[in-house]
Amino acid sequence: MTTARDSFDITVTVNGVPVSRRVEARQHLTDFLREELGLTGSHLGCEHGVCGACTVRVNGEIVRGCLMLALQADGARVETIEGLSQSGAIADLQRAFHERNALQCGFCTPGMLIAAAELLESRPGATREEIRTHLAGNYCRCTGYHAIVDAVEAAGRERVRRQA
Amino acid sequence: MKAGAFAYARASSLAEVFDLFERCGGEARILAGGQSLIAALNMRLATPALLIDINSLPDLARVVVHGGSVRIGALTRHRSVERSAEIARHLPLIHQAMPHVAHAAIRNRGTFGGSIAYADPAAELPACSVALDATFRIAGKSGERRVPARQFFKGFYETDIRAGEVLLGAEFEALQPGYRSAFLELTRRHGDYAIAGVAAHGKFVAGRFADVRLAFFGIGAMPALAVSAAQALEGNRYTPDTMAAVRSAVSADLQAVASSDLYHGAMTKLHLARVLASRAVHALTEA
Amino acid sequence: MTIKTGIASEAPRTGYIGAGVPRPGARRLLQGRGRYVDDIRLPRLAHVAFVRSPYAHARIVRIDVAGAAASPGVIRVVSGPEVASLCTPWVGVLTNRKGLKSAPQHALAIDRACWQGEAVAAVAAETRVQAENAAQLIDVEWQELAALTDAETALDPQTPVLHPELGDNLAFQCEADTGGVDEVFATAHKIVAATFHTGRHTPVTLEPRSILADFNPAERQLTVYQATQVPYMLQWILAKHFGLPEVSVRVIAPDVGGSFGAKIHVYGDEMTAVALSIMLGRPVKFVADRLESFVTDVHARGHRITARMAVSEAGDILGIDFDDLYGIGPYSGYPRGSASEAQQVINLVGGPYKNRVYRGRSRAVFQNKNMYGQYRGVGHPIACAVTEGLVDLAAEAVGMDPAEFRRRNYIPADAYPYKLAAGPVFEKLSQHEAHDKLLKLMDYAALRAEQAALRQRGIYRGIGLAAVVKMTNPSSATYGQGGVSIAAQDGCTIKLTATGGITCAASINEFGQGAATIVAQIAATALGVALDRVKVVTGDTDATPYGGGNWGSRGTGIGGEAVLRAGTALRQHILAFVARLTETEPSLLDIRDGTVVDAATGAARMTLEEVARTVYFRSDKVPADFSPELVVTRHFTQKSYDGICTNGIQACYLEVDVETGFVKLLRHWVVHDCGTMVNPLLVDEQIRGALVQGLGAALFEECLYSPEGQLTNGSLIDYLVPMAREMPDIEVAHCCTPTATSELGAKGTGEAGTAGAPAAVMNAINDALRPFGARVTAQPFTPERILRALGKIPDGALPADATPAR
Repeated sequence: MTTARDSFDITVTVNGVPVSRRVEARQHLTDFLREELGLTGSHLGCEHGVCGACTVRVNGEIVRGCLMLALQADGARVETIEGLSQSGAIADLQRAFHERNALQCGFCTPGMLIAAAELLESRPGATREEIRTHLAGNYCRCTGYHAIVDAVEAAGRERVRRQA
Repeated sequence: MKAGAFAYARASSLAEVFDLFERCGGEARILAGGQSLIAALNMRLATPALLIDINSLPDLARVVVHGGSVRIGALTRHRSVERSAEIARHLPLIHQAMPHVAHAAIRNRGTFGGSIAYADPAAELPACSVALDATFRIAGKSGERRVPARQFFKGFYETDIRAGEVLLGAEFEALQPGYRSAFLELTRRHGDYAIAGVAAHGKFVAGRFADVRLAFFGIGAMPALAVSAAQALEGNRYTPDTMAAVRSAVSADLQAVASSDLYHGAMTKLHLARVLASRAVHALTEA
Repeated sequence: MTIKTGIASEAPRTGYIGAGVPRPGARRLLQGRGRYVDDIRLPRLAHVAFVRSPYAHARIVRIDVAGAAASPGVIRVVSGPEVASLCTPWVGVLTNRKGLKSAPQHALAIDRACWQGEAVAAVAAETRVQAENAAQLIDVEWQELAALTDAETALDPQTPVLHPELGDNLAFQCEADTGGVDEVFATAHKIVAATFHTGRHTPVTLEPRSILADFNPAERQLTVYQATQVPYMLQWILAKHFGLPEVSVRVIAPDVGGSFGAKIHVYGDEMTAVALSIMLGRPVKFVADRLESFVTDVHARGHRITARMAVSEAGDILGIDFDDLYGIGPYSGYPRGSASEAQQVINLVGGPYKNRVYRGRSRAVFQNKNMYGQYRGVGHPIACAVTEGLVDLAAEAVGMDPAEFRRRNYIPADAYPYKLAAGPVFEKLSQHEAHDKLLKLMDYAALRAEQAALRQRGIYRGIGLAAVVKMTNPSSATYGQGGVSIAAQDGCTIKLTATGGITCAASINEFGQGAATIVAQIAATALGVALDRVKVVTGDTDATPYGGGNWGSRGTGIGGEAVLRAGTALRQHILAFVARLTETEPSLLDIRDGTVVDAATGAARMTLEEVARTVYFRSDKVPADFSPELVVTRHFTQKSYDGICTNGIQACYLEVDVETGFVKLLRHWVVHDCGTMVNPLLVDEQIRGALVQGLGAALFEECLYSPEGQLTNGSLIDYLVPMAREMPDIEVAHCCTPTATSELGAKGTGEAGTAGAPAAVMNAINDALRPFGARVTAQPFTPERILRALGKIPDGALPADATPAR
């Protein structure tokens, strides 16, 4: 990619499956996932990196898909809500969200789950304030956040209990 | 909002970067973390002809402690700075600032150099660099140069980086005995750009202040070092009279540069700066 | 089968009424398998981008599309006249809002653009980016005109009139005057007065407005997938304005990513997308991006209210007198009009209280700003802020505790049904009970003690109360009687399937609040089956009965009742059939767990599957004189009152940093009465979500317009929505006063939280600032406004960009 061009051939591992496509330089990762691969579980709420609806995992870390060019994911490992659901990696969080109605319209939910999962990986015993701080970059208009904090806290406590 | 078309190239060496700059017919922009640039591209506020991706440049993503100095490479991700034990130990001011930088997902991609080069008036790292009297290393086709942070920030989103140049990193003096830091920021929502903030660093030994630096951000177009406020502290004890003098001095230092934002007038910013000065100086006595 | 259960935990639990079950429909959303409009792909789908006016008011001198038409991927470029040839203009007036006037509005502006962001040209292209690229090549010659941006001067004689044919800039005015006001104020022990401001808001739904119009020219059938709360309303609108037979228009609401009222209005850009589909004979999609949303999604709530209250020495409210002014857009919204806030403010200022002397005037004036419409709560947040703000002032003036003052003045518990001074009739409220419950829940006395102790240490906390009355389950008085084809009734078609399952097609809609779950719970209860045997269909005008959809907190109360009636009727049909077959009486039978049983012994008679198989496939076994119907439709409308009133009371506990003006929300409590709660889990979450929107109003949200009519904070960076860190935990409890107007007894819930939160926060801040004699009344309560009230910032011009030109 050292020659300046408008489009490139990339190979990205998405949800464990290598995918090769030609992409325009201008296309961000979320549009690539949604439009090219039909993985519409990642949502666009602002396209300026504020709402967090586009949150996905790249090489194990959460990123905002709208602030990353698709070609920057060349050679990377991308996990979307579809893959994380299928693998069961966040099943406990999803269950906790479901039980506490920590989602209403569902538009923020994939991003919210993926963001919360990152916190619980390193700090399953996170306090309510730590949860609120970590999720401070994910906008939800429906729930008012209380039920989301309940769900993340409950899932975290359960992980601590299982690890003990 | 969909970004318009642009060309892209990934450089694997500085020489390639300069070459790409030269060969580019129109405007070329450096792509590092992209957390500010890609948003601007999506909103078509920036319309470069070429993006030069520098993420593959070697040796720019490291924190190196050597002798009495700490070097932070421009491509060091915020997340790495946040988690660095060396930074916590040798640059506690920056360690204190990091949790205030945007949100986790942004910190995973955003870079130290990006924050410095973007120079948002309300950003944390430029102010820390000014407080700590850092030196920035900048590379151009004709070679490297060094610019003190205190001369680097020139105006509203304006720095000393010239066309075709790349910020390589910053060099700091490691924490010296007797010195401590305090970092305070006022935002209405966690992770927002600051309404007002202060990066404070100085010596407090035997009850007396020395070499205190108060770098304010969010007040005007660039970080502002409150020089006469520092003088009001020099050699003095922590007393009500000293603090009154400090607050007055902060007003004097900042009133020429204070400007309003969408929600807060210049007078409000000055008031908040005075309050922050009091709290930061108090924090220095307890650190 | 008992339905009116009272508070779920205290009554016998039969079926699913009162059960806090998780939503079956949430599973797919949790896995990223929702299907929102933007997720839908159709062959040959075209995408639209718009050219929008950069000016608040400008004549369109010339539009040159040549450069755009030749741009890669472009299929068609249109401006106002082309779209007008397919889509007739509209005027947002209702006959029941006397005097509401407005001018015709086109889908794409013709001759003149009247707000910054109004669409004047559209490009359909193969991709959205190609459409945007082409839109940039459209050359518009503008002639900038003077913009109306200050509501306070809109009616001055020297101010230009926006629509000269209308005579002046007054869109609507309504008043109430009981008489006796001046006398009461002349002799009152104390008079308190204040001028309140509420911020102009925008809903900021996370899923932007989205529409996919698919016109099939071979059949002349229009199918529209739209993020909407009201498919039938849109069906009527599309048929009417595009001259299509109603039966040729199908509107489908798939998963909708939040609405709160944003997606119940007619938008010119959406109508243009439909026009393009008809022109091109292929599917056309428009999804508003976030920057477009800020300048086009309806705005609401920007009011200035000057108000005063007279109070007796003993602490009785003697009279209320106020003047309300708000600036709408350049046209009254369509089809619901932009007068609703005025009406609700006039109706409900003073609402919770027994005061009988009352005078109020509310006026809506045209402005060259974004269009203005109904947004969660519609006028109630303003009425509540004014009322509860005055009440706290009055309590202070007579030296009475604000909780005690409220309780003293509530409408007496035995006075129902109660007709307010301004006209609306309240069926029955539980204000005293809710009040007492709240004080206990929050341990009011302990908080007051804590507040006092902390004050000694220079920590300033405040407790703020807000009593809320909220109209729900509206009758046809709102729209139908105003000549607007928005249904006041809803329906449900319920069917027993061949294997004993239940399908329910309901005319209410799901957009996250849980409507589909409520329908399933009621149906499952009525038919005695497990919840997972019920399938719910909503949001499709081809597949559901005709109904009003969701708005005004009517979904459960009206739609739910239709489900109950349909389910009950189907149950009766089934029991009648089985009784006939087994030669017994229907009253001796019951349905339990999917089987028709002997009610007394529980002995099984026939499973529902056996019933279905017999009726559908073994007609030889059906008695000749018997015609079993296993598909039943019932409708319900509430017409005993203009609306069913609910009550609630909130308390906010916060801390003000008096040096910085920053507010920290510590805790929030709500006690709410919405009658029968079908699913308390969903009710609580509706209350919490609504409440946080109100907290956003109190502390963060405001659309800032420059004097030239430019929206200066139209992005998510600058328009501040509430995020997780600053929001408190919210404790919710309930009282239960079922409405007698339905079997279900459910009242609406979705908006009350929004109505009360700003008032509770305002009162809490002012309570915290009491030692300083400082007071704030203009929302949002920014640090600057609080510092000004504390005298820490000299009064002077606000920052130029933030001049609140409302």
